Amino acid sequence: MSDLTPELGKTKDKYAAQITGAADLRALDDIRVAALGKKGEVSAMMQGLGKMTIEEKKVMGPALNGLKNDIANLVEARKTALEDEALDAALASETLDMSLPVGKRSGTLHPVQQVMEEMAVIFSDMGFSIAEGPDIEDDFHNFTALNFPPGHPARDMHDTFFMTPVRGEEGTKDPTGKQNGEEKKVLRTHTSPVQIRTMINEKPPIRIIAPGRTFRCDSDQTHTPMFHQVEGLVIDKGIHMGHLKGVLMDFVSAFFETDVDVQFRPHHFPFTEPSAEMDVRYERDGAAIKIGQGEKWMEILGCGMVHPNVLRSCGLDPEEYQGFAFGMGVDRLAMLKYGMPDLRDMFAADTRWLSHYGFNPLLQANMATGLS
Amino acid sequence: MKFTLSWLKEHLETEATIDQVVEAMTLAGLEVEEVHNPADDLAPFSVAKVKTAEKHPDADKLKVCTVETRDGEMQIVCGAPNARAGMTVAYAPMGAYIPGADFSLDKKPRKIRGVESSGMMCSGKELNLGEDHDGIMDLDGSLEMGTPLADALGVNDPVIDFEVTPNRPDWLGVDSIARDLAAVGLGTLKTKPIPPVKGSFPCPVAIKTDVPEACPAFVGRVVKGVKNGPSPQWLQDQLKAIGLRPISALVDITNFITYDRARPLHFYDAAKLKGGITVRFGKDESFEALDDKSYIAGETDVAITDDSGILGLGGIVGGTSTGCDESTTDILIECAYFDPLTIRRSAKKLGVNSDAKYRFERGVDTGFLLGGMDLATQMVLDFCGGEPSEVVVAGDIPTPPPSIKFDTALNERLTGLDMEDAAMRKILTDLGFTVGKDWTVGVPTWRRDAAAGADLVEEIARVHGYHNLEAVSLPPLPGRREPTATLTQNRTRLARRALAGRGLSEAITWAFVLQQHAKVFGGGADDMLLDNPISSDLDCMRPSALIHLLLAGQRNSDKGYGGSALFEMGGTYQHQEPDGQKLTLAGLRFVMTERHWTGNSSVDALTAKGDALAALSAMGASVSNLQLSKPAGNYWHPGRSGRLQMGPKNILADFGELHPRALKALGISGRVVAFEIWPESLPAPRNKGGKTKNASKAKSALSLSEMMPVHRDFAFVVADNVAAGDILKAAKGADKQLITDVQLFDIYAGQGVEEGHKSLAIDVTLSPKDATLTDKDIDAVSQRIIDQVSKAGGVLRA
Repeated sequence: MSDLTPELGKTKDKYAAQITGAADLRALDDIRVAALGKKGEVSAMMQGLGKMTIEEKKVMGPALNGLKNDIANLVEARKTALEDEALDAALASETLDMSLPVGKRSGTLHPVQQVMEEMAVIFSDMGFSIAEGPDIEDDFHNFTALNFPPGHPARDMHDTFFMTPVRGEEGTKDPTGKQNGEEKKVLRTHTSPVQIRTMINEKPPIRIIAPGRTFRCDSDQTHTPMFHQVEGLVIDKGIHMGHLKGVLMDFVSAFFETDVDVQFRPHHFPFTEPSAEMDVRYERDGAAIKIGQGEKWMEILGCGMVHPNVLRSCGLDPEEYQGFAFGMGVDRLAMLKYGMPDLRDMFAADTRWLSHYGFNPLLQANMATGLS
Repeated sequence: MKFTLSWLKEHLETEATIDQVVEAMTLAGLEVEEVHNPADDLAPFSVAKVKTAEKHPDADKLKVCTVETRDGEMQIVCGAPNARAGMTVAYAPMGAYIPGADFSLDKKPRKIRGVESSGMMCSGKELNLGEDHDGIMDLDGSLEMGTPLADALGVNDPVIDFEVTPNRPDWLGVDSIARDLAAVGLGTLKTKPIPPVKGSFPCPVAIKTDVPEACPAFVGRVVKGVKNGPSPQWLQDQLKAIGLRPISALVDITNFITYDRARPLHFYDAAKLKGGITVRFGKDESFEALDDKSYIAGETDVAITDDSGILGLGGIVGGTSTGCDESTTDILIECAYFDPLTIRRSAKKLGVNSDAKYRFERGVDTGFLLGGMDLATQMVLDFCGGEPSEVVVAGDIPTPPPSIKFDTALNERLTGLDMEDAAMRKILTDLGFTVGKDWTVGVPTWRRDAAAGADLVEEIARVHGYHNLEAVSLPPLPGRREPTATLTQNRTRLARRALAGRGLSEAITWAFVLQQHAKVFGGGADDMLLDNPISSDLDCMRPSALIHLLLAGQRNSDKGYGGSALFEMGGTYQHQEPDGQKLTLAGLRFVMTERHWTGNSSVDALTAKGDALAALSAMGASVSNLQLSKPAGNYWHPGRSGRLQMGPKNILADFGELHPRALKALGISGRVVAFEIWPESLPAPRNKGGKTKNASKAKSALSLSEMMPVHRDFAFVVADNVAAGDILKAAKGADKQLITDVQLFDIYAGQGVEEGHKSLAIDVTLSPKDATLTDKDIDAVSQRIIDQVSKAGGVLRA
């Protein structure tokens, strides 16, 4: 505060009282103009300086300046206070109910697709590429090349869907090149035809998995006419059944994300020799199935060393190249891992089922963050 | 294939328990499906003694008995006429499940006509132990009270059912099962050799085969003076245990040998034969078969005939005209070999199944034609008496399978198992192979599946045990790791996530649809029909994934969950060749006004456009550069649908509202917006994607201008039918360097705008690179914008 004369002190007090009483910015500005405006009281006093003696000026000059500054400071302080009050008042009325619902629910990804991606990640880590092929296949790729000779009883076990033969126009050849529907096209009963296509078109070393839709004419509680398989194929020199066992043991523990005890049993498939099935240990916990431990065995896949006849069908010399193949049902593995009780629900597109068993689209299965 | 533990022990000397047998079978490749011990069904039941049996005070046919049981003295009300004091009975406690009647007793005493009764005394039928049921079981009085019923009756013979893989038809006989189990160390094979049975007179029936390709050999013999009747009890019990009905000694013998040796036989009543037997193909002749049906043998079916015509289908089913019965005295025994493929085709064509057919179509042991004949003859002589003729062999018995020159190194090469030669030799020999010093391996006549070295490796590894295989990791591949997924796989992973992020849920639906529905969606050609659909409403390969999504959405609505938003990735089909299959990503939203506090949101055709663009953008398409045209399919709403393409060839997506007529044809109520995307139509990016050699991952250089962008607003009046997109494109094309963005911020029609017209308000962003724009520059570019837009049909609004 400035050192003021008693008179100036009174002037200051007068304005100070007015400033404190100013109710809003406009009133405050009126006070400022009355005091410090061009025609204001303090300004008039400053103009009076010119008529004063030097001695008087020496006293009154700083005093008046002090008064002017004091009043200006008071105005400024009051202005800040008034602005704060106004903001507080405004904020007091600016409310929004923070409990209001916002945003929309995201959709989900299908568990079968999720599981196929998980398998792709695990096998990708072992160097397997992903191969695909058509759903409508010819007899050669689906059966004959896989060492199912025509008339072989194993063909019956496949419950094959057949396509209606294409009727070529008279004089033109049936586009399949086959005689009058003698060998009808089929819906592939497994994804093994992709293995055949790969072996015919690529040179070893081959490491592929073939995921995709497969079809069998069968429908009950545990079978649907369409389902999914992931098959694998490794062809190289010196690949033997020990490798097969190693790959599948690594796979099954990685897939179930727990240590899984497995058993290999002899079995028969026309396209492998020797052939095996792999079982995993499991136990029931109420309705749930726990994979990996327990007393019982559950079959989860078939496998074996690729039959020499299959290699020959694809133009590979069994004396030089050998390898293994395996195949598994994706839908069933999805059910076992994620606890879906009924296979048939997989393909019903019930929105409640999809939102319950579906997966967050922001998740991408990978080895760094885990599969799911 | 079913057999009992005791039957197995007729061929295998072993002390193994049922659990050990099952485990050994499993590890040897005989996949056990079920083990059923009839004793398990009898577990609740025990022997009890009736102390008193008094007439029920209020019912003439009921008796009130006091019964001494292992649960103490029980009062049981019984309706059996034979219930009497001193009787030894089969007692069922309260709560027991009665297998033959398929019900469970009350857990508490119940009152029968006012008298309390606790438990039950059972008849044989109620326990699945017999047909006789004029009362309760009257057990041997020497049995002690409390003895478990299974022990008392000696019922403790588990039945094993297992899967016979097609390569091992010999497993359809118990003797071969025993041989494999002996090889894996479960016991010693003790199948008895079959001594030849000499005939005492020439076979009086002439036999010939005219079709050696279908019936290479027919071994026959007559037995005169037999007396057919019931077979011995042990044989009846053995057949009943595996679910076969004993009929008569002659029939039971054929069934026994079928299951004991996988050797089907046929017995003819020789008195009913007219002349000799000729095996030939059918001439569309019909006959009454033993399975009570009639069949017509065509020109590819093997007919067994005599002078009167067809008698039966060889290897499949015999006929009634020469069937054996109680009055049969002379029989002709047939032990033949039929070609598996011929049998399979005939049986499939005629829709007939039998135990014989099941074995012949898989291939029976060609080395057991004479042995099978002798075994059958001996059993006939033992059970029915009679005098055998000499054996006739028509045709030629097939030669044994070729031997295999086995390179023992193949075993380690294929399995990684390092085994001694002696160990491999023992395994093969135990399985019936012969092994020469030079490893020439003779294949047994029942193992025609073994044709090459790999087959022998399987036998060695299987018997040695797969658990002995050492698991090893794959050797690492040489070189740098390439991505293992294809471009389309990577793209669709992102696109699916973009769609799910917009609220659509991924579904998977059938690849087949109803043909009528396929026709609505541009498909349904006859060559897309399935020959044998799983049901008549799934008879045609789908031309679009939308069909099942629509049906599913309607199902959801019908259950009270409307507004389905679904998508699916999968194949659609145009013809049968591989390039007739197209990958699609299709989705839809059932239009349902969603009420929300911020305002009701409504789904429309442009929502589907947004979905399609989001998916395409996620796949890396440059969405601002796509051309808009009309979809080809007439299942789209004519005025509210569009097609997105890159140039004339690459059709990327159709979207919009579905045609109400298409929806009606599928029974869909309400409106639906949808999209179909063809991910494989999106070209690969140039010099990107990783597969190209030396492709640089570096992005192009970016220069950030210091100049402020300038915004200018324009409003253009256009006719209603002018597409806003064309106006935006025209404006943007006015200066490709300077104009970096054009946004449509208002569409107005009404007062001040001529009828049939609309006003489009756009905000144009000008981004100078080198120098600040002057008014003159801005005026010049504005004029170019106005000129370009006017060419597209827009007039600057005054």
